[in-house]
Amino acid sequence: MADGDFLGGVELISPVEFAKGKIQAVQDYALLSVQSVTNLFKKPLYIADFIQQADSIGVGSLTITVLTGLSVGGALALNSASTLGRFGALSLIAQLVSIGMVREIGPVFTGLMVAGRNASGMASEIGSMRVTEQIDAMRALGTDPMKKLVTPRVAATVFMLFFLTILADLLGLVGGSIVARVMYGLDWHQYWTTSWQILAYSDVLMGLIKPLLFGFIIATIGCYYGLTAQGGTQGVGRATTQAVVASGILILVVDFFLTRLLMTMLGYR
Amino acid sequence: MPSTLLMDDANRSHANSSNQAIIFEDVRLEFADKAVLDNVSFSLPRGQTKAIFGATGSGKSTILKLTLGLFKPDAGRILVMGEDVTAMSENDLFELRRKIGIVFQESALFDSLTVRDNVAYRLVEEGKIGDEEIDRRVHEALSFVELEHTVDMFPSELSGGMRRRVGIARAIITKPEVLLYDSPTGGLDPVTSTTIIELLVKQRDVFGTSSLLVTHRLQDAFIMATHRFDRDTGHMQPLPTGSKSHVPMSFLILREGKVIFDGDAIELVKTDNPYIRRFLA
Ligand SMILES: Nc1ncnc2c1ncn2[C@@H]1O[C@H](COP(=O)(O)OP(=O)(O)OP(=O)(O)O)[C@@H](O)[C@H]1O
Ligand SMILES: [Mg+2]
Repeated sequence: MADGDFLGGVELISPVEFAKGKIQAVQDYALLSVQSVTNLFKKPLYIADFIQQADSIGVGSLTITVLTGLSVGGALALNSASTLGRFGALSLIAQLVSIGMVREIGPVFTGLMVAGRNASGMASEIGSMRVTEQIDAMRALGTDPMKKLVTPRVAATVFMLFFLTILADLLGLVGGSIVARVMYGLDWHQYWTTSWQILAYSDVLMGLIKPLLFGFIIATIGCYYGLTAQGGTQGVGRATTQAVVASGILILVVDFFLTRLLMTMLGYR
Repeated sequence: MPSTLLMDDANRSHANSSNQAIIFEDVRLEFADKAVLDNVSFSLPRGQTKAIFGATGSGKSTILKLTLGLFKPDAGRILVMGEDVTAMSENDLFELRRKIGIVFQESALFDSLTVRDNVAYRLVEEGKIGDEEIDRRVHEALSFVELEHTVDMFPSELSGGMRRRVGIARAIITKPEVLLYDSPTGGLDPVTSTTIIELLVKQRDVFGTSSLLVTHRLQDAFIMATHRFDRDTGHMQPLPTGSKSHVPMSFLILREGKVIFDGDAIELVKTDNPYIRRFLA
């Protein structure tokens, strides 16, 4: 202890220790992820907690989902129009907006918005419970925080993000159609028929698989950072920020690989 | 009273581990390369209350958390009700923890739940009894700590001392065989402190609960060593002089993670360790 005093309290961590810490963290996160799923098949199931979480995640995120869907769909239409207009192919707006929204933009934007709102919420809520010893109290009272806190949040987020994404996709099409009609005078009816017709089964499938994974990422990351929060209120703040950043980045990276994987599996060329 | 006789027996047969509620064997724990507990050994006979003293940071709360298996020691064994918590999986520990109640130093009440739901937490989790019975038990536990009127309040609406008492109600509601109290009288006024100490004496003498009591106040433990709960008056009564050894009460003093005293009140008063003498003064 005394030897280190001349460093003025700066902690020096060897690269090996640092790597060990990171590997341990990844291991812990993996364990949490696995348990969050296996707990679904073990008693007790916390149904009431699931419903409460579903309500706070689903109903609570409705406004941001509606706004995100409408504005992103509209913006997508604007951008496509300016490009397509140069080739005299304005009528293709519907196809571009529809495919872009359902396959990519809808799931990713909804995921990012919900991550911003709920990964942070979970990290700060569970983090405060952690630093005020409520997590210890829970364990001491014979309850597994993994079952009581993590599993309901993961299940509720996966479940609700799925429907929120469908809603965002639809509102994206609505936003696009408004732009197409009002600003470019396209036919309303024709817009909707083409939007619908262009969508293949595989497009929809890809758009619906993504939110399942993104929901899982949001909740497990939020809970992980909450449960590992350390060092008082400041630590909770740090955990919250980290949860938003980590879940956001992870969603984008996973999206890239998942898109590639699904394209292969679903036979895109 | 037959229960007192039993406790005397337990006191005499330290070696027999089935009579021990808690045993620490050479327990060592480090946080960031600093020894928090250094070869700590002691045992708590069933039915006895052991008061744990020590300066702040000497590892008292850590001992309670280790007893519950909330984390594992780096070396040594800890037996609780005959089971080795250092070798148990988290899942098995949940079962064992149902027999143990703990009052946390900072209460650790669930701030999103009302007082009623906090106190009822264990009963609701176990899910064995109906709402009406739960309400009755909550009422009973809260009246034990004289806080019936707070049932529908949230922890944030309570004072520190009230929270502490709700914490006690939450710990005792299932009538656990072992109770761990972390500074239950810390920062409370003398009257409330005495009420709480009387509660602990009642737990010890009426229910025969084995407990570890972490405290900064030596006088609390001395009251416990010199009083016995009287069922007729419903209050604790001082023992007639000269019969101290009949109270199942012992003392453990820690200094920088080491046990420097483990014995009963008489031995404590007689000790000539200067550090302890300063503590007693
Ligand atoms: N989670 C932790 N991480 C790192 N160090 C810890 C942790 N918990 C406790 N410690 C350290 O362990 C030592 C003992 O802590 P403990 O809480 O047991 O003290 P205590 O005797 O209960 O003190 P007090 O009388 O103030 O409650 C302290 O030096 C503390 O800094
Ligand atoms: Mg303490």
